[in-house]
Amino acid sequence: MVALTDPTLATAAPPDRLSRARRLHGLLALLLVVVALTSLTVGATGVQLWDVAGKLLHGDELSAMERVVLLDIRLPRLAMGLAVGAALAVSGAVMQGLFRNPLADPGIVGVSAGAGLGAILAIVLGGLLPPALAFLPGPYLVPVAAFLGGWVTTLLLYRVATRRGHTSVATMLLAGIALGALTGAVSGVLVYMADDTQLRDLTFWGLGSLAGASWTKLAVALPVIAVSLAGAVLLGRALNALALGEATAAHIGIPVQRMKRLAILCVAAATGAAVAVSGGIGFIGIVVPHLLRLASGPDHRALLVNAALLGAALLLVADMISRVVVAPAELPIGIVTAVLGAPVFLWILLRQRGVVDL
Amino acid sequence: MNRRSVLALTLCSAAYLALGGLGAAILPAQAARGEADTLAIGGSVTEIVYALGQQHRLIARDTTSTFPPEAQALPDVGYMRALSPEGVLSVSPDLILSEEGAGPPETLEVLEEAHIPFITVPGGFDAESVAAKIRAVGDALEVPDEAEDLARQVTGQIEAAQTRAQEHGGAPKRVLFVLSAQGGRLMGAGDDTGAAAIIAMAGGVNALEGVTGYKPLSDEAAAAAAPDVILMMDRGGDHGASADELFALPALAVTPAAETRSLVQMDGLKLLGFGPRTGEAVSELAAALYGS
Repeated sequence: MVALTDPTLATAAPPDRLSRARRLHGLLALLLVVVALTSLTVGATGVQLWDVAGKLLHGDELSAMERVVLLDIRLPRLAMGLAVGAALAVSGAVMQGLFRNPLADPGIVGVSAGAGLGAILAIVLGGLLPPALAFLPGPYLVPVAAFLGGWVTTLLLYRVATRRGHTSVATMLLAGIALGALTGAVSGVLVYMADDTQLRDLTFWGLGSLAGASWTKLAVALPVIAVSLAGAVLLGRALNALALGEATAAHIGIPVQRMKRLAILCVAAATGAAVAVSGGIGFIGIVVPHLLRLASGPDHRALLVNAALLGAALLLVADMISRVVVAPAELPIGIVTAVLGAPVFLWILLRQRGVVDL
Repeated sequence: MNRRSVLALTLCSAAYLALGGLGAAILPAQAARGEADTLAIGGSVTEIVYALGQQHRLIARDTTSTFPPEAQALPDVGYMRALSPEGVLSVSPDLILSEEGAGPPETLEVLEEAHIPFITVPGGFDAESVAAKIRAVGDALEVPDEAEDLARQVTGQIEAAQTRAQEHGGAPKRVLFVLSAQGGRLMGAGDDTGAAAIIAMAGGVNALEGVTGYKPLSDEAAAAAAPDVILMMDRGGDHGASADELFALPALAVTPAAETRSLVQMDGLKLLGFGPRTGEAVSELAAALYGS
């Protein structure tokens, strides 16, 4: 990504460019509202948002079906899609800024690998927990294990990469690859031990889904994601300065070490919570920030907010596709985001290399 | 913001909206239901419903319900361990009849919230379990007498087939059930699997002892298992070609099965479903192993 490392663009974005990016806020917010309303009204059952709204206005009783579909299925699913989409896209943008590498995605700090290991552990060995420890009801064991796995892995990486109060981003990247290989190996052993129903569960977990959305899960995941996203969005100015290099950023007066720690912890928390409730959903964290940089430049002050809005909207669209194309069955959402995301990503790459000019 | 990006965003929004409209348009129309009110989850449960003559009660099925072929005309709510709550609700079942292991738990919670009776039919790999399954389905559909008859008939068939299977007089054959041979890597069935159970019922010996569940096999382990016969699920298509490929694999080339080119392929749901066709499966497998 040329623009990211080019100091003239990153810090001194021309004023009209920043304001243009800010004007995009409104447009994306509008898009998000439209998508959100559509997602409330699209689904395998014929329940329509408008009918329900009409009934509510007239003070009529909702049927049990309408209540369950809207309040227990679509609404938590919508909230989860918003939170997870925003979390993944913002985390991606922050990581790309922090590592000054356009290929960085939220998984780069080890969250995804760790969360995957946690989930696999819970699925394969969950049944072996001694009764005294099995206080977690079944459905919540996997998300909790995934979150802890992601969190522990990130803290471990952070420790490894931090020497005398200075975190080396390069060490973190390389240690992340090593740790990824290690968690991959452990996961492999567990996959070998799994029986065939557990194997099916593992496959579906890896493909991601918002179908497991429930108010209980949201009550835990939403605050974590909201707080860490708020923290991440505050990093805009510091990330801009960091594009000039760590030394320069420090000279400008950015507390580089504190900012790195905040960024890594925010991303670990947001992505960890997102992966825990929805499984592995790829490409949102890479495609969304890149699209936005193309549309309105690399200024993180606007980029992070736009990423939250577009990430949420995109994930909701992917979710609608996943629940409509094979209705009444459902396609795992990770398949949809990969099918939508991979060609777009390729197009971005080719465009930047000047192969395609669209 | 320039005109181009406004245009692009407008186009995107239009596409999203069109998508929403499309979704609403292709939703399964609510057909005239008549008596139909039951969602069957699990291939053997669906088979039992048909065997009881209660197919007019079915409104939908899951992906694993592939027999009888008529069942495939019913709407498919997805794979039994990854059911989507709204997909299940969309077929408006008043009763859900399921094999063990349906999920995920979040979906079951929502269904409970919607007050839809959910009956889990017990599983197991022997004649008694098949009878228990049939009785459970019969009770749920309120046809206990028919179920009792069917259960007796099916148990009788299975027991008769088992007895006949032991009468071949020769040494029992070692059978290796191969779940898949993707890329030359064999996935074999160990103890505690439906495959091991049906092999034993048909008078064979499971070649893969001391392993539990379905496991990937190394070439040496497969050779050491020394199967006389390879048993696989029949996925249709040209059998001859797949036998050639199979016995060319280093894992199987040195086994007794390769010498005699003994490959048995059977319908997967019949073989491993433990439903009304299990007696038939035992006879068929025994005939394939020892000749009729």
